[in-house]
Amino acid sequence: MIPLLRHIFRTGILTEPLQAPDEGPQRELERLHDELLGILGRALTIREVDAGSCNACELEVHAMNNPYYNLEGRGIKFVASPRHADMLLVSGPVTKNMENALLRAYECTPDPKLVVAIGDCGCDAGVFGKSYASCGAISDVLPVDVRVPGCPPTPLAMMQGILAAVRQAK
Amino acid sequence: MQLCSFPAIDFNRQPGVGAPVWRGRAANGDELHSFARAAREVGARITAIWGSDRRAQGQGYRLQCVFGIESGHAWLSLDLPAEAPSYPDLADLFSTANRMQRATRDMVGIATIGGDQRPWLRHGGWPEGWYPLRHDAGEPPTFQNRPTDYEFVQVGGEGAHEIPVGPIHAGIIEPGHFRFSVVGERVLKLEQRLGYQHKGVERLFVGADFARGAQLVGRVSGDSSCAYAWAYADAVEAACETAAPPRALALRALMLERERVANHLGDLGALGNDAAFAFGLTQFLRLKEDWVRLNARLFGHRFLFDRIVPGGVAVDVDAAGLAAIVEQCGAIETAVKELRGLYDEHPGLQDRFVTTGIIDRDLAQELSLSGLAARATGMLLDGRAHRQGYTPPPPYMALGVRPATDERGDVAARVAVRFDEIFESLRLLRLLAVDLPGGALRVEVAPVAGGAGLGVIEGWRGEVAVGVEIDAAGRLARVHPHDPSWQAWPALEFAVLRDIVPDFPLINKSFNLSYSGVDL
Repeated sequence: MIPLLRHIFRTGILTEPLQAPDEGPQRELERLHDELLGILGRALTIREVDAGSCNACELEVHAMNNPYYNLEGRGIKFVASPRHADMLLVSGPVTKNMENALLRAYECTPDPKLVVAIGDCGCDAGVFGKSYASCGAISDVLPVDVRVPGCPPTPLAMMQGILAAVRQAK
Repeated sequence: MQLCSFPAIDFNRQPGVGAPVWRGRAANGDELHSFARAAREVGARITAIWGSDRRAQGQGYRLQCVFGIESGHAWLSLDLPAEAPSYPDLADLFSTANRMQRATRDMVGIATIGGDQRPWLRHGGWPEGWYPLRHDAGEPPTFQNRPTDYEFVQVGGEGAHEIPVGPIHAGIIEPGHFRFSVVGERVLKLEQRLGYQHKGVERLFVGADFARGAQLVGRVSGDSSCAYAWAYADAVEAACETAAPPRALALRALMLERERVANHLGDLGALGNDAAFAFGLTQFLRLKEDWVRLNARLFGHRFLFDRIVPGGVAVDVDAAGLAAIVEQCGAIETAVKELRGLYDEHPGLQDRFVTTGIIDRDLAQELSLSGLAARATGMLLDGRAHRQGYTPPPPYMALGVRPATDERGDVAARVAVRFDEIFESLRLLRLLAVDLPGGALRVEVAPVAGGAGLGVIEGWRGEVAVGVEIDAAGRLARVHPHDPSWQAWPALEFAVLRDIVPDFPLINKSFNLSYSGVDL
């Protein structure tokens, strides 16, 4: 136990201020947290749905929870069930084989709900396009509030997309 | 040349500098089956099966089978008549051929004689009898997307019941369906149904140029982008009888090893987390973030997408960049050594890891397993390392790669192999960085009409194989990317049998298989 605690102590706090390209550092994080509380009166819960990605978007979604970005420390939490979620974070393209499951997840998410499409494939079907096996972008299947392009989008871009969706809903 | 003591088929070495591939043709289905039997008897593995439609060239269909043999890979093709495209079932010899054969039928409409005829990739989104990879398939008929019933193998008996899981899982992970048959908490059977990630990648390659092919192949399974891009580049270069220059080969290896370390770091953290040791996740994700940030700084992409291209590489690293790599290797090595000590000494963690999710060496052999899952059963199989009768391709040829193995076959073994492979990759990265050859980064690849090639790369999961056929106009006629997860998913079905349902997430993570890579 002692080596473990020593390691934790030595690592320290790594969480970085969330920087928006057009704004000064530091402020953005606090504002995000304040806005979230103002809008929702509580934390934001997200159900991530992979509707057909190559799995790179999911690697970056995981990265949002690393200590540098520390999404959960900002009151934003990934949940297991869409019934517990305020927001669906969806990567694409939406495959034919996932279309029904994605629609059911959307129906299970309580209103008012937000949908954020992530990745080039989620935004406009990307390199895969529409085909016999692909329904295309998330917005071809669901109403989408915010799109976060990138192949894959960086953790920072996704965090800004989540914030933008919350702002819009205000 | 004769392979696997099978005299009837003459094999020839494929040109190029990639991993050794021997190409041959079977005269008929019986000869294919006899070769497969002879191959099995000498301990060969089935690596990949796919089909192509060659009717537009005035031929029939072609079945392609790749076997992993002692000296590399044997690529055997069998021409099938247009009117009756069928071939003998190979699943009686290599059980993991089952899903590959079913996918081949769904995609091209060439089927086995007998054997499992359930669809695999087609879930009901397009009609039966319409095959996306036939040259005259055109647009699919208008069709309502209704999921079809799938005939899972039923388990009977008192108290036995089923737990359906997925396609959307509880965590942040790709979709797939797992059907557990259980009594109480004990797992009696697990049957997977995959294909949810099927986005029609193979059809997109048809008629594409090499650059578009590279873009697509790097997105077959995002966590293995470098392995796919390199295997594809090897295949294209072999088909066009050219080779990437030495500096490009060394940079490809540098990127592949960086991809391996990134994934192992992430997995080691996630494995700790799945055993309720959140400390591990935080620590390893921090190291992974440092690692991919250097990727972004030096190569311009956190996961190194689109950096390996046919003919060479699309990015160079200067001396300062190489120094940064060497410095980072030292820092990561120190941190991972310390974390390994903490993992090894943590009783709760070891209690979950040790004896959980066992597959033994015989089973690994039976399932044609490759990569870290195979090495975690004691197999000395690594495409980067020398072994009896096998010389790895450059630059690994000169690096003396020491494959990591562990005899235990459980979660603990797969954890140990990941740790050892990180240290070995860090050693290789230093070697590559301090002695990077000079010269060109890329050569032009002039398409050779009608050419074909196969590339095989030891990715972080295992053997990634990409087969390429070029048409008369010099464009891609057919590309088949093949993930090692085809063999490892069935291994997971066996690995859970001695354990309880709550162990499944941990066992699953210890393999961390690709869905997109097999669903295509």
